[in-house]
Amino acid sequence: MPLTYDSVSVGDMLPDLELPVVKRSALALYAKASGDHNPIHIDVEFARKAGMPDVIAHGMLLMAWIGRLLTGWAPQRDLREFGVRFTAITHVGERITCTGRVSEKEERDGERLVKVEVKTMNDAGEIKVVGDAWIAVP
Amino acid sequence: MVDRNFIGKVIPAHSANVEASRLRHFAQATGETRPEYIDDAAARAAGHHALPAPPTYALCLDLDLPDPFKWITDMGVDILQVLHGSERFRYFAPVYAGDRLTFSSRIADILQKKSSKKAFVVKETEVTNQHGVKVAELRATIVVREF
Repeated sequence: MPLTYDSVSVGDMLPDLELPVVKRSALALYAKASGDHNPIHIDVEFARKAGMPDVIAHGMLLMAWIGRLLTGWAPQRDLREFGVRFTAITHVGERITCTGRVSEKEERDGERLVKVEVKTMNDAGEIKVVGDAWIAVP
Repeated sequence: MVDRNFIGKVIPAHSANVEASRLRHFAQATGETRPEYIDDAAARAAGHHALPAPPTYALCLDLDLPDPFKWITDMGVDILQVLHGSERFRYFAPVYAGDRLTFSSRIADILQKKSSKKAFVVKETEVTNQHGVKVAELRATIVVREF
């Protein structure tokens, strides 16, 4: 059933998106695909110099996963705004889940919008990324 | 410490092409398997005129430069010190394979918290397509750690 403004309620949860365990090879693949070659994501020696135990995940990889969560719920063409804060570092070996919850509904400039609060966390419940998105829902 | 005199600095504009092959590669790297993000015919069947660029993809093309972190090192900051603090996109028009995007950025703010060994640099970017239509605005915060 297509999403409609009247069928969406504050408090509705989006279907969770569970991702595979973060691996170095996946970070190398994302570096190449995204053009973000910051060595902190691919070079262990550099990561240690930067004070990390190992290479760390790209924040933008997690944001891309949240993007999948959102566009799996509503068509991408209806996405108006999408922002996140990276609150904790995601390490190799962690498994991330993305969640979303409808937190507001409002009409603005003749358009019906819903706000979705998003976050990602690891299996221990540590929050890695928090953010929100505004989506037009007819 | 990051010199606050860099506030307002304009970063030279640059352009990059949205290529279907790179969109497929990005889909693979982010675990995206839905046909409309991978297959031209499926994208058209879903109402797009070509493969759509996913929501965060514009930032990737903003990195499509010989030295994408030059704007950071030009402030005297070592890449070792830098973490991504936040990112926000506002969307005005869709982006498709075949588009050519132009990125115009400036350093919007630099915040140094007293007693904190961190500075926050805010970069704002306007993205326009080959028709001169603004497709997105980006606002990034990078965290600069003092060692």
